[in-house]
Amino acid sequence: MIVLRINGEAREIDADPDTPLLWVLRDALGLTGTKYGCGIGACGACTVHVDGQAVRACVVQAAVLEGKEITTIEGLDAAGLHPVQQAWIDHGVPQCGYCQPGMVMAAVALLLQNPAATDADIDATMTNLCRCGTYGRIRAAIHTAAARLAGGR
Amino acid sequence: MNRSRRRFLIAGSLLGGGLLVGYALRDPDPLSPVPAFAADGRSAALNGWVKIAPDGTVTVALPNVEMGQSVYTGLPLLIAEEMDLDPAQVRVEPAPLDPLYANTAVFVEMLPGDPFGRDPMSVALRWIGRKAGQLIGFMVTGGSSSMINAWLPMRTAGASARAMLVEAAARRWQVPARECSTEAGQVRHAASRRTLGYGDLAQEAAAIAPPPRAELKARADFRLLGRRQPRLDAPDKVTGRAGFGIDVRVPGMRHAAIAQCPTFGGRLVDVDDARVTGQPGIVAIVRLTDAVAVVADSHWRAQRALDALVVQWDAGEAASVSSETIHARLAEGLERGEPIVYEDEGDTEAAISGADRIVEAAYRVPFLAHATMEPMNCTARVDAASCEIWIGHQSPHLVRWFAARMLEMEPEQVVVHGTFLGGGFGRRAEIDIVGQALAIARALPGTPIQLLWSREQDMRHDVYRPAMVAKLRAGLDARGRPRAWWSRSCGPSVARSTTERILPAMASDFPPDKNNADGAVRQRYSFAARRVEHVLVPVPVPLGFWRSVGHSYNAFFVESFLDEVAHASRQDPYRLRRDLLAADPRALQVLDTAAMRAGWGTALPAGRGRGIAFHESFGSLVAQVAEVSIAPDGTPRVHRVVCAVDCGMAVDPEGVIAQMESGILYGLTAALHGAITIYSGAVQQSNFHDYPLATLAQAPRIEVHVVDSGAELGGAGEPGTPPIAPAVANAIFAATGVRVRELPIRAQRLRRADGA
Repeated sequence: MIVLRINGEAREIDADPDTPLLWVLRDALGLTGTKYGCGIGACGACTVHVDGQAVRACVVQAAVLEGKEITTIEGLDAAGLHPVQQAWIDHGVPQCGYCQPGMVMAAVALLLQNPAATDADIDATMTNLCRCGTYGRIRAAIHTAAARLAGGR
Repeated sequence: MNRSRRRFLIAGSLLGGGLLVGYALRDPDPLSPVPAFAADGRSAALNGWVKIAPDGTVTVALPNVEMGQSVYTGLPLLIAEEMDLDPAQVRVEPAPLDPLYANTAVFVEMLPGDPFGRDPMSVALRWIGRKAGQLIGFMVTGGSSSMINAWLPMRTAGASARAMLVEAAARRWQVPARECSTEAGQVRHAASRRTLGYGDLAQEAAAIAPPPRAELKARADFRLLGRRQPRLDAPDKVTGRAGFGIDVRVPGMRHAAIAQCPTFGGRLVDVDDARVTGQPGIVAIVRLTDAVAVVADSHWRAQRALDALVVQWDAGEAASVSSETIHARLAEGLERGEPIVYEDEGDTEAAISGADRIVEAAYRVPFLAHATMEPMNCTARVDAASCEIWIGHQSPHLVRWFAARMLEMEPEQVVVHGTFLGGGFGRRAEIDIVGQALAIARALPGTPIQLLWSREQDMRHDVYRPAMVAKLRAGLDARGRPRAWWSRSCGPSVARSTTERILPAMASDFPPDKNNADGAVRQRYSFAARRVEHVLVPVPVPLGFWRSVGHSYNAFFVESFLDEVAHASRQDPYRLRRDLLAADPRALQVLDTAAMRAGWGTALPAGRGRGIAFHESFGSLVAQVAEVSIAPDGTPRVHRVVCAVDCGMAVDPEGVIAQMESGILYGLTAALHGAITIYSGAVQQSNFHDYPLATLAQAPRIEVHVVDSGAELGGAGEPGTPPIAPAVANAIFAATGVRVRELPIRAQRLRRADGA
């Protein structure tokens, strides 16, 4: 039995100890907003926050995260839309949309660490993959979100 | 430009004839109600496309699936426009499987000849294609055809519904219908200052017969179409609420993981499951002819157990095949094969041999994977009398037809539930995973099974964009103008490969495949003589429709070679294209827009080059100018892409712009990185570390300019892809003097040539 704090709640999970967080979220808890894309930490579709840091959930075992605060896309902003999500909508970012929960989580983590992220910071940090080519809009949306967060929303 | 005179021989259509078999002839009334759409217990259906709830919410049937191309936003606008709705009133519902929603435009695109031509032969063929599409009655999303297909039926449905609502209000008010107007979901009678919401009128309107002929709005009266609209699917896609096939959760569902024979055409011989059977959570091990699957209570357990199986494969005949042997066959075919002549105008051979100067070059491109971000998956439940399937698929109709055939059921016994698609690009038009999921589910009757391919399975068992080689030759006159154009490509046929998988009985006498010539024939450039040939050489690799299909490589061949012609005769590549398009104002406007907005001819920072390419596909004209520099290690960096597109009218301009951006990145990944290689009959790549995608850091600044010509509608999903590879390759030549004749672009070659 693993006990994890996910989106502010303690959850008891019956899973093999080597199970990656991704499959605990999707199959045991039904939190399907976190996506499987590669299983090797290369694409970032499974990005969640662990204590506010972006983590690729397909390559981290759930068992080692006991005692940490895990946030998924479902728990990002219980009140509605996080400014990053709103900026995503305003810039019409999503196309197929499959990578976007991971993109949003990566962008929120970036702005938590670096509220005034430059293009170079975004290039270096936003390494998630998108097959639809939404990168230009993602860049613009991050700048918009950063400006709104700096202005107190 | 006399297009009708050109001899365009034949073309293969993918499913065309085959699916006719077994389908009754029918010619659906475009405004007939569809019970499966109408029945939701609270709304009134005015036809098969529109139903209205008492609160005035209008639900629109979506005939196509959403895989990123924005049909979810763009198509409902057609109805909202004609009904004078506020887009906020509109809800979208996937249309049920019914011939009413058949995609007829995609069948037109598959026919021989010019799907967008105005000459009598093209018009006649288009009519035949539409009829064939209606008879087949299949709902398909692909071929950049959704908007083209929906343009008339959805507007007609909206206009008809509006007329019925007006009539209902007029009857209630006892006034002539012509005195009533509509606005923001209400009918108004200005003289008496009365209004009624559509929700109040829906029941009465539904009882009124549709008008014999609904009046469509003139373009000048459009309030929604042609204006930028927010994407309706964005909120669900940024919150994780959007449901993809992989997110389907059905009570009692079990998870399946699969290992397929690594070599194409190989078979399963034996499985030692001693280490797996009886382990916690393991439900079953299912043996298929060419694969083995493990069913468990979670995907992780299924995948882990699968990895613990000891599997013996019979590699089969393809085991000796490699990229090298395939390339050797293609190179041999190019030189000595029997060509199919797809286009032949004037005496090209004589015109070239008598030319003042001959330019010749050869090109090659590799196999490519689709690599959708959502790996292939399918959820299925099968029992003796019924079957349910949950899948994000480009043709739910094809899924049902295939499942009924495989399970020996009537189509009505098979229910297909659609989802969002985590990328399609042609990959999700295949039925391979459907067959596997059904076979596994049949072995466990009544248990819903979700089969999910690992990324490795997805990469190694794709249906690939074919490798292709080509040689082009041009004869130039004394002033350096190309007067004669000859091209010959060599490679396999996608349509034939697809047919072999879906309808093997039809594949043996398969006609020449139009996809092989798409983008090489019917060019808008004027030459006194031209001949386009293709040598068909089958390869033992499964092939599929990959965003823009034949255009994806033919644009690279044609536009790279035209650049070579320009440089060989010391002409500006943009000016040369202008000269060859002088009689084609529509093409000129697109080309000029891209060149002007890109600042063609103005100075660039040292080390940077500009390249231009122009290509027509799926009824749309696209020109792109790329700005490229080369890093000291030879890595090309694309800084900026300026794109001009004319798709007739951009009904949903935001969607069109996004599709251009998307098509450019998709093509850029192929130009910079994409290569699937074969060794011992198996694909060598397995995941994103060895089949990399372009990243955000590599993404150029993209500017899209929509040219609104008012011509017949063209597509948007694919036309952005073909020009980018040649635009980048031509820019590399401008920057370095090194000509790229093979994709992907190899940094190594550029480093050496750079002399750095």
